Amino acid sequence: MSGAGLTITGRAAPHSHAGSSVDRIMLQVCLALVPATVFGLYLFGWPALLLWVITCASAVATEALCLLLQDKPLSRLRDSSALLTGWLLALTLPPWAPWWIGAGGAAFAIAVGKQLYGGVGQNIFNPAMLARVALLVSFPVHMTTWVQPDLLSSGAPGPWAALDIVFGGGIPDGVTGPTILGEMKTAQGAGTVSELAAGSFNWLDSLTGSTAGSLGETSELLVLLGGLWLLALRIISWHIPVAMLGTTVLLAAIFHRADPAHYASPLLHLTSGGIMLGAFFIATDYVTSPSSKTGQLIFGAGCAAVLFAIRAWGGFPEGVGFAVLFMNAFTPLLDRYCKPRAYGRNLRGRPTVARTPARKVR
Amino acid sequence: MFMATLVLTILGFTLGSALAFAAKVFAVAESNPIVEEIEAMLPNSQCGQCGFAGCKPAAEAMADGSADPTCCPPGGRALAERVAELLGIDINTLGESAAPQLASIDESLCTGCTRCYKACPTDAIVGANKQIHAVIKSACTGCGKCLDACPEDCIHLGAETPDLHNWQWPKPMVA
Amino acid sequence: MSIFSPIRGGVHPEGRKGDTAGQAILTDIPLPARLSLPLFQQAGASALPVVQVGERVAKGQCIGVSGAGLSTRLHAPTSGSVVAIEDIVAPHPSGLPATSIIIEPDGEDRWQERPREDDPFARSPEELAEEVERAGIVGLGGAVFPAAIKLRQGRRYEIRTLIINGGECEPYLTTDDHLMRERAAQIVEGARLIQHIVECYEVIIGIEDNKPEAVAAMREAAAPFGKVEVKTVPAMYPMGSAKQLIQALTGREVPAGGRSNDLGILVHNVATAYAIQQALRHGRPLLSRVLTLAGGCVSRPRNVEALFGTPIEHLLEQCGGLRDTPARLVMGGPMMGQALPSTAVPVMKGTSGVLALTRREVNDQAPSPCIRCGRCVDACPMGLMPVEMAKFARADDFDGAAEYGLRDCILCGTCSWVCPSHIPLVNFFEYARGEMKQRRAAAQKLEYTQRLTEARNARLEREAEEKRAAKAARAAKKKKPARRATAKADNEASTTTSTEDCDS
Repeated sequence: MSGAGLTITGRAAPHSHAGSSVDRIMLQVCLALVPATVFGLYLFGWPALLLWVITCASAVATEALCLLLQDKPLSRLRDSSALLTGWLLALTLPPWAPWWIGAGGAAFAIAVGKQLYGGVGQNIFNPAMLARVALLVSFPVHMTTWVQPDLLSSGAPGPWAALDIVFGGGIPDGVTGPTILGEMKTAQGAGTVSELAAGSFNWLDSLTGSTAGSLGETSELLVLLGGLWLLALRIISWHIPVAMLGTTVLLAAIFHRADPAHYASPLLHLTSGGIMLGAFFIATDYVTSPSSKTGQLIFGAGCAAVLFAIRAWGGFPEGVGFAVLFMNAFTPLLDRYCKPRAYGRNLRGRPTVARTPARKVR
Repeated sequence: MFMATLVLTILGFTLGSALAFAAKVFAVAESNPIVEEIEAMLPNSQCGQCGFAGCKPAAEAMADGSADPTCCPPGGRALAERVAELLGIDINTLGESAAPQLASIDESLCTGCTRCYKACPTDAIVGANKQIHAVIKSACTGCGKCLDACPEDCIHLGAETPDLHNWQWPKPMVA
Repeated sequence: MSIFSPIRGGVHPEGRKGDTAGQAILTDIPLPARLSLPLFQQAGASALPVVQVGERVAKGQCIGVSGAGLSTRLHAPTSGSVVAIEDIVAPHPSGLPATSIIIEPDGEDRWQERPREDDPFARSPEELAEEVERAGIVGLGGAVFPAAIKLRQGRRYEIRTLIINGGECEPYLTTDDHLMRERAAQIVEGARLIQHIVECYEVIIGIEDNKPEAVAAMREAAAPFGKVEVKTVPAMYPMGSAKQLIQALTGREVPAGGRSNDLGILVHNVATAYAIQQALRHGRPLLSRVLTLAGGCVSRPRNVEALFGTPIEHLLEQCGGLRDTPARLVMGGPMMGQALPSTAVPVMKGTSGVLALTRREVNDQAPSPCIRCGRCVDACPMGLMPVEMAKFARADDFDGAAEYGLRDCILCGTCSWVCPSHIPLVNFFEYARGEMKQRRAAAQKLEYTQRLTEARNARLEREAEEKRAAKAARAAKKKKPARRATAKADNEASTTTSTEDCDS
């Protein structure tokens, strides 16, 4: 009877749960990537499929290895966060990149970008973007060799040719070409952006994705579809994507109106590069984005501002990775200074004073 | 050249002397102010549980780093953290503080000799001659002086037993 | 989450109220063999027993008086004899012992005095508040705060609005719902009595819109009285929290660290209003309450009106017993209730329900690392950042946790409920608060003992001084050689503190 001491008969409240789980969330994000991925694989053929598989497998294998080395339970693999990181990285790679780009990049993303910080939930920077940027600055040629989607031509490589491309490192001549953002960078120097837009830029193609570009980024439409699905599931909130896309459109519109010869139209900005993937899947990464809504709005707008600056004035044609990483560094700061207003307190955290203070009558 | 050297030398000598003079004249003769600050935080019951002769020696030892801020059981964790903050020690590097102890009197053995309450530095024991004595929990620092004074060996020290009023949720264990 | 929500955050857990809603409250529970009444049933201090073992008590007789400070009385729920005052396992997650008065009923159910029948509205507010105190009434919504103290506090302020809380938002629980359906007139009268006591302008009865029968019954009961209005609020968790209900009904927020009194608002639960009506109209102290017995393991879930002290297992027998071994036994609702150590524990004043939950209902999973998804931030009805609070609490940085709102937290459990990583956030907050309280107490004790030490040292010095002076005076009188006297006085003074023996 007595003398029960400190036995705890149960956990603290609540004794019920919504039923959500990390595993489910990660899996749903992966599912949301399926349409864009399938389209990308269809567009770029067997080499792209091989690269995607290698990248994802490398990410999962690296995660498993890291967990083993740290004596952490392998069951952590079940949360598929490693798969998601690998998947996201694969989607941002040139579709016919050699195998070691995918394998090495994914291993870097997981080992350095995530596990070195302490594993899931602890990293400051988005692991997939960290790996992409590391690859970009280390292997600029491999990372900027884009193939033209050429679905029906007889030159499309079969499975065996694909092995040669991915493992042999030989991309046949005549299939590569620049991305629209790459062309724009050249055109900016020449002050001929408006001509470019009138000429080779077709916004419908760009939107649906029949253009040169990364494996899964070309079809902004399908990425957007996946993103909207995540919004509907309430896995992500609208704050970061809307702030990011909105700010991009705003900045592009202002500069385009001022100087169309040097600055591309908002439409070109919205439909090319990795902006959709960035806005819906990468900037919204839970771990590396702020938790408060105000913080998220600032974060999204900041991403867009850095992205626009890189696209308009930077040395690289595309900058989603840089932009997100840059803003990731501000996340702890934003979380500290953009706390939501607490109940019964004003914005500065002081208790509110009743508007009509009740007089003490007795 | 020579002039410059001379001027600088004189200047240096004068200022140096001034500093030396100031150090002598304005020297803080009393003890380290930090020691005094720590001493003010300590219970000052001179109980000696820390292993020093009293609270002042303990404060001196804490200030020069030869004693841990956690060495004072009556002060507990709260005191250890305040001292650590004053000394600029990272709170997380502090070890476990000793749990505060309370004295209790075994009524069946107490003869009412009054020795214990005379020894108590905080007047935490009440009683009268040939009457059973009792410990006021809220005033007991657990210093143990009463244990030494008791001829019947009927006083014991122990951690406070948890009851419904002071029970706390333990820290959850999570990955 | 929604912009149309009248409160911030909040969630919509599955109601699971269907099992018990629609069945009338079971009132004719046979008397159990023993009633165990813990002295610690209310917020604040334990009651002090005023009966002796072997004493015969009548129904409604006061068996425990208020302890020091915040406390209430305890009454015998039925007539019988006190067979023991002993420790039983408390209805508390710690499973620690609780001193209780054990009564063996004699089956006569004999009242102590004739129930009062005069008109309470003719009596003075002070008198009525006094009566509420004598009736041992506490807040029956869950906080078990002594009702009389709340009424007296209310009288010190200018209260404009009395809110009667019918926003029973915890899943499973339907006690307030049923009380409103079946005893609407009494609740409305109770509300008007509170209105009379605190002399407030209007009464708003706030009911969640998922209880249409209760709303209809209460509207009908309130219709004859001006300034008693029934308002519906959207059904969501934690709408039944006083702060959230105030926000939903008036759009105003209680200042942090303040009371609803600061807004000129007083909130009482419907069950408390009912208890107050019973005490003031019929002179009946608080002897029983309505509670929900539900959960997947209960054969026939039901609302019952049970005497305090009735063992839970006795009530479960009335509901066909347990059909399965529960994964967890909970006192109260699933969101804020406390785990119970066994079914042997008694019903107390704060027991709004007993849930015998299956493993699936509890859905307890091992916590995994936080992925900072921010769902807790979105769901927090107080606008706090549970993720950060838990982070600091985990590192024992309680000041950091407080900076992110630990003191404002109402421990509603919404954050833990939504957390996809199953992190026991509330447990962290309970731990941090407990630890902060303990440290505050330790610091206070340190200061107190420092004062005691100083006082003692001063006293010893003074005594030594006096003794020395007395000795010197005596020596001077006896005209003894001055040198010897001084030496002796010095000697005396030095031995005074340690070696003087009173054991003669």
